[in-house]
Amino acid sequence: MATVVRELELMPTAEPAHARSILSGWLTTVDHKQIGILYVVMAVCFLIIGGCEALVIRCQLFWPHSQLVAPDAFNGLFTMHGTTMVFFVGMPILIGIGNYLVPLMIGARDMAFPRLNALGFWATLFGGMLVYFSFATGGAPALGWFAYAPLTEHTFARGPATDLWALGLVVSGIGTTTAGINFIATILGMRAPGMTLRKIPFFTWTILWTAVQIVIAMPPLTAILVMILLDRNLGAHFFDVQNGGSALLWQHLFWFFGHPEVYILILPVFGMISEIIPVFSRKVLFGYEFMAAATAAIAFISLGVWAHHMFAVGLSRPEGLFFAVTSLLVSIPTGIKFFNWLATMYGGRISFASPMLFACGFLSMFLIGGLTGIMLAVVPFNFQLTDSYFVVGHFHWVLIGGTLFGTFAGIHYWYPKVTGRMLSERLARWQFCLLYIGFILTFGPMHIAGILGMPRRIYTYEAGLGWEIWNQLSTIGAIIQAPSFAIFAYNLIASLWKGKPAGDNPWDAWTLEWATTSPPPSYNFETIPTVHSRRPLWDLKHPDDPDWQYE
Amino acid sequence: MSPATLMSTATLNAVQPDRERPLPLPPSVTPYRGLAPTQLGMLAFLASEAALFCTLIVVYLSYLKVDQNGPTPAVLSLSLVIATTVCLLASSITVHLAVKSLHSGEHLSFIRWWAATIVLGIVFLLGTAFEWRELIVRHDLTISRNLFGTTYFTLIGFHALHLTGGIVAMLAVLGLTISRLLSTKSRASAELISWYWHFVDAVWVVVFSVVYLAGR
Repeated sequence: MATVVRELELMPTAEPAHARSILSGWLTTVDHKQIGILYVVMAVCFLIIGGCEALVIRCQLFWPHSQLVAPDAFNGLFTMHGTTMVFFVGMPILIGIGNYLVPLMIGARDMAFPRLNALGFWATLFGGMLVYFSFATGGAPALGWFAYAPLTEHTFARGPATDLWALGLVVSGIGTTTAGINFIATILGMRAPGMTLRKIPFFTWTILWTAVQIVIAMPPLTAILVMILLDRNLGAHFFDVQNGGSALLWQHLFWFFGHPEVYILILPVFGMISEIIPVFSRKVLFGYEFMAAATAAIAFISLGVWAHHMFAVGLSRPEGLFFAVTSLLVSIPTGIKFFNWLATMYGGRISFASPMLFACGFLSMFLIGGLTGIMLAVVPFNFQLTDSYFVVGHFHWVLIGGTLFGTFAGIHYWYPKVTGRMLSERLARWQFCLLYIGFILTFGPMHIAGILGMPRRIYTYEAGLGWEIWNQLSTIGAIIQAPSFAIFAYNLIASLWKGKPAGDNPWDAWTLEWATTSPPPSYNFETIPTVHSRRPLWDLKHPDDPDWQYE
Repeated sequence: MSPATLMSTATLNAVQPDRERPLPLPPSVTPYRGLAPTQLGMLAFLASEAALFCTLIVVYLSYLKVDQNGPTPAVLSLSLVIATTVCLLASSITVHLAVKSLHSGEHLSFIRWWAATIVLGIVFLLGTAFEWRELIVRHDLTISRNLFGTTYFTLIGFHALHLTGGIVAMLAVLGLTISRLLSTKSRASAELISWYWHFVDAVWVVVFSVVYLAGR
């Protein structure tokens, strides 16, 4: 193949390259591994920015009547915190990890469309920068990340901040959509010989369904953001309630994107956990087929649950009932996954290395987040607690306890493959403990504050409502969490030099990415491997007892 | 950086204690015979486009006939749009014939049908332009006039934008074809563009039915 020959010529040489050519190499790269790293580095930078915004929010809420930030600035902070964490941390970090791993896991040399892949990254980065330029226009948009109409209309948001916000999300949304298209083409069309869809690594399977959700859910978001821009700049009336536009329609359309979005943020994590738990339990994944079906079921059901964000808006009774039932239905496939992870661990030789530690953190915390989700899916309960801090507690519990813990598990698991060095276990343990304690302390009290009636998104509150202690506990928790992120960033950077050399397969894992060197060469595999089972490296190591005899 | 190597099966065979039992031989592997990655990518892209147009159509329908003032869909004239619709449907046939002659290697007939498709697409766009001019000048319907104007111009505008993109892509393939007669790569891209073109035509059938037939 001509492309292979060309890539071999582009293979990095052993001599130290000139610093400028390294820089231009990263700027112009179309290699899926470099793009994956760029995505993750970008997401970690935005994680730090979004985390600082959260810290300011928490400090403002420490005392009643605090004057740390003005009300408008507070509104801007929670808007940017939410937007950043969802669009510029959560999605890029998962897309980046997927970008790095999917071709390696399926035995391909790159993604299907390498240049489109680069476009996707740069669109995401520039979209993020556009959104942040709004600070330079005299204040971030004060909308909340779901930007309920008519707050986005010119009447209520006069400056250009809202335009920059919408434009940035359009640009990054297009980038994300291209990533989804790329994943689908790669996973369906470029698998190694013998790797049928029933034999792909589980992470790849979840990325496939994430990509399906991206392709279905991102374009509607792009469309409605364009509508905002038309409303604001050409005088259209989509969400302009004075002229017959509908605020309710925005809610429906936004959550039609917004609910699949939260599964976009969790499905790849399910995949990572399903790779890590078997390796550190020394067993095959229990019930692969059921897990696969559950993933597809979650992806489908997620398209029909959006109005559970809107129970209090005045849905008709059948609508409320329908969306309550579909939302409760999600717990069935998720429960299947949960029990299968536990069954994988059951009777296994479990080692609590850092990836497994974070995976166990995920299991324990995501369970609680899932249970509060079931509570919120019950309509009368939701009426009581809608827009309260209980909701804030719930979704942070899922996004941090689920997505972030799972992503940390994945990063600790694959860092040796990416860099050729092990992360420091000691630092990882500190990071885990501080995050675990700080996280519970931050978001646990939010549930109680919510039950006590504290609404979300208020910049301050009256003394004597019984909310002080819970807010103060939350803030202390946030301050405990902060050093854990610093330790993580330090560990990532310092281990590049100080880490123990990893070797090709430090965890004795079974999927194809561990068959190549660490870090992998630009062409990934010298010869494209032939696959006979879900654990090709097991088959190689145990030719007398290969897996394909039993699958 | 040392080259990537799979663990050699031969060395592993050597350390097997039980030399009597022959190692099990894996079943033969059937090669992948599905669609090419580029084709899968195009299908995924078209799925995302379908989601986009579904959103626009849902918005159009949910604001249909809620206006208290300004022009209503009754101002739309059918005669012109039926003529341009016929052009667009015909372009689906010409693009199909173009790809067919491409596969059978008749370059001249490919160029002829491909150019015909471009011309038909441009005729459709000119028809839209004329229609918009009528609506704006005669009926004073703009995007900011009322909800009908807002949703109508957005939906039709998005579709026209997609047609324009398709025409630009087809012009690029035409240029490549004329300048250095068809590589295999441009053959594949011509086929993918024809899929896109069929898709945009199909979207128009839905838009036409919704806007000009059912919603009028």
